[in-house]
Amino acid sequence: MMQYRRAPWPLLVLVAAFFVPAAGSRYYTFLANDVVIWALFATSLNLLVGYTGLVSFGHAAYFGIGAYTTGILMKKAGVTFLVAFPAAGLVAGLLALVFGFFCVRLTKIYFAMLTLAFAQIVWAICFKWNEVTGGEQGMPEIPYPDFGWLERIGTVLPVVGGYRTSEYFYFLTLVVVAACFWILRRIVGSPFGRMLTTIRENPERAEFIGVNVRRYELAVFVLAGCFAGLAGGLFGIFNRGVFPDFAYWTKSAEVLIMTLLGGMGAFYGPAVGALVLLWLNQQIVSFTEYWPLILGSILVTLLFVFPGGLAGALGALWHRLARRPTGA
Amino acid sequence: MLDVREIRKSFDGFQAVAGVSFTVPRGSISAIIGPNGAGKTTLFNLITGHLAPDAGQVVFKERVVTGMAPHDLCRLGMGRSFQRTNIFPRLTVYQNVQAAFVCHRGRGWNLYTSVERLYRPETEAVLESVGLLDKAGEISGFLSHGNQKQLELGITLALEPEILLLDEPTAGMSATETRESIRLIERIAAERGLTLLFTEHDMEVVFSIAHRITVLHQGRVIADGAPAEVRRDPEVRRVYLGESR
Repeated sequence: MMQYRRAPWPLLVLVAAFFVPAAGSRYYTFLANDVVIWALFATSLNLLVGYTGLVSFGHAAYFGIGAYTTGILMKKAGVTFLVAFPAAGLVAGLLALVFGFFCVRLTKIYFAMLTLAFAQIVWAICFKWNEVTGGEQGMPEIPYPDFGWLERIGTVLPVVGGYRTSEYFYFLTLVVVAACFWILRRIVGSPFGRMLTTIRENPERAEFIGVNVRRYELAVFVLAGCFAGLAGGLFGIFNRGVFPDFAYWTKSAEVLIMTLLGGMGAFYGPAVGALVLLWLNQQIVSFTEYWPLILGSILVTLLFVFPGGLAGALGALWHRLARRPTGA
Repeated sequence: MLDVREIRKSFDGFQAVAGVSFTVPRGSISAIIGPNGAGKTTLFNLITGHLAPDAGQVVFKERVVTGMAPHDLCRLGMGRSFQRTNIFPRLTVYQNVQAAFVCHRGRGWNLYTSVERLYRPETEAVLESVGLLDKAGEISGFLSHGNQKQLELGITLALEPEILLLDEPTAGMSATETRESIRLIERIAAERGLTLLFTEHDMEVVFSIAHRITVLHQGRVIADGAPAEVRRDPEVRRVYLGESR
């Protein structure tokens, strides 16, 4: 097999992302921040869909719960981000443990429908529980974390000073999401990750190499919920408010589409999907109001022409280009 | 080693297995034969925990294991291969066997180290003994049928079983492939001191390697004993051997 050094692409992308506020406009920083958070959300879903073969139609529940947890803690209780943010993952993970306990008892479409049902329950609670969640009106004006210390460092080290709060938050998002990606990458490359792929490939056979399928499914369901919760926690602050539609089924569909668009066979596929979908959305909405129509057409093309998603198509192209010069 | 007592199972009123008892002594090679629909696969599924029996007991290594989950039985040392080829098709040959080692040795809950280098020598040894080492890097779903059967045996061997249950190990194979794979199974069983229980439709195979044969007909045992006895049994000749000759 031919060995060749590969560029550390994820690291290069991360470094490049730090220059967006300095190089691009405010609009691009906003878009980049959106993409980074959704990339984490989509990648958390891919633990279920791409690695374990479990299709969840209700992943937004954990995103929403994470957003409300961080939002409520920071706005109503005045808790610092350092506590409020991990709490989003913890609460979403706990909820995923409770819901997952029931969901993993079912398979295929029944599993998918039950995840959807639980998500709609979460949405209904967020929508109606006025005292805690603000009900239909949601909860606007979630404060940003305190970046005063960065400003103070900025007086000594001019490189870090002079940004807007929203830009500091973008940097924070980058660091946190990069850390999450690093952890997720370790998980899918670990023995545990390999067990998940055996479940995806053949659950019956997995049982008979000694895999306790339900327990592994529950564990990965909790992990996926946890990371979706963290993404939600960031999104609430980024969005300057938390609203019940964070947990609505359309959000679950959106993140599932991103995952499919980017390609669930590759670790960074869903992140690519998030980038392409959000960027396309921004571009197309300024030309036409028929965004759903265009989205639908993209999906149909994709499913028939590139079943592996964009990452799959790029991978195939890469292989063809890499082979040509050797004449193989 | 394995003791099946009066086991029963019916599906919608149809008695697939109607009170079957037999014993597999340690170190033996035993076969279950019978015409299509005699209940062989159902019997296997009852033993390996894929189906729960309506009545009766399965005793494995002096322990009642009736209705125990497959993954627990697997841990106790019961290995099984399937009639329809049952592998992880989008993983490589190497990964298929390695996954079995990882799980069996209790490393499946490790979330932080890389899986790539785990159990490399063990995995390669198994691939060597089933004759697939040169195909280690290939995607298993693209292998030939015969190779996939070998791989399935390899996955099962990685679980370090004491008893191996093989459901029609040569189903769908050519005569040459059948002979080769039977020789392979026999050699591996001898090398590792395995107890073997298998179902088979090829009579030549059965009578050439089995020490004991249990004949199933319409969910019941109609004969049980050494190959020579079974061959002479008039009832067996009537319902089974007669048919196939």
